[in-house]
Amino acid sequence: MAQHPSQSPHDTGGQPAGPVERTEHDYLLWEKRVDALLVLLSHDDKRHMTVDELRRNIEGLGSAAYQTLSYYERWMHAIAQTLIQRGVISVDELGRKIADVEHRAAHGEL
Amino acid sequence: MKVRYAHPPGHVRTPAYVKGRQGVVERLCGTYPNPEERAYGRSGLPAQPLYRVRFRQTELWPNYRGSISDTVDVEIFHHWLEPA
Repeated sequence: MAQHPSQSPHDTGGQPAGPVERTEHDYLLWEKRVDALLVLLSHDDKRHMTVDELRRNIEGLGSAAYQTLSYYERWMHAIAQTLIQRGVISVDELGRKIADVEHRAAHGEL
Repeated sequence: MKVRYAHPPGHVRTPAYVKGRQGVVERLCGTYPNPEERAYGRSGLPAQPLYRVRFRQTELWPNYRGSISDTVDVEIFHHWLEPA
């Protein structure tokens, strides 16, 4: 069936796809951290975000980014977007922190 | 039941391939806050019934070559369903 123009890139049921990779793989440390971050942010004690907001922001990545980013990279972008939308962090704070971490990484301090 | 044929631009939990298709309710899974509201930071209350709906594969895919009795179950919120 033809795709409706408003169908977002994640809604792929029934479309042609390649073979399913059946191999198991380990998660990298940063991927486990991203997973843990969502658990903590959505915990009943904090309620900084819901998994539904995560999904909405993943769907909002746009088709090019959706296809290019890995599973947990999508999570990372969507968590950042949600926290900015909710006012938990600001764009400026996040930008400064990223610059700080990049500086430390460039100087071998991480 | 029939799944509503609608394409709102926001976050929806109903996959495109079942929209406008007929199926039968296999069970009530429970009631849950509406994820299509929670996706925007709202409460999603009152909680909405969530049904497991069974579709024939031949109803979903025009060129399906498997058995006529093959089915797929999809969990769909109440507000996406209408009488067939």
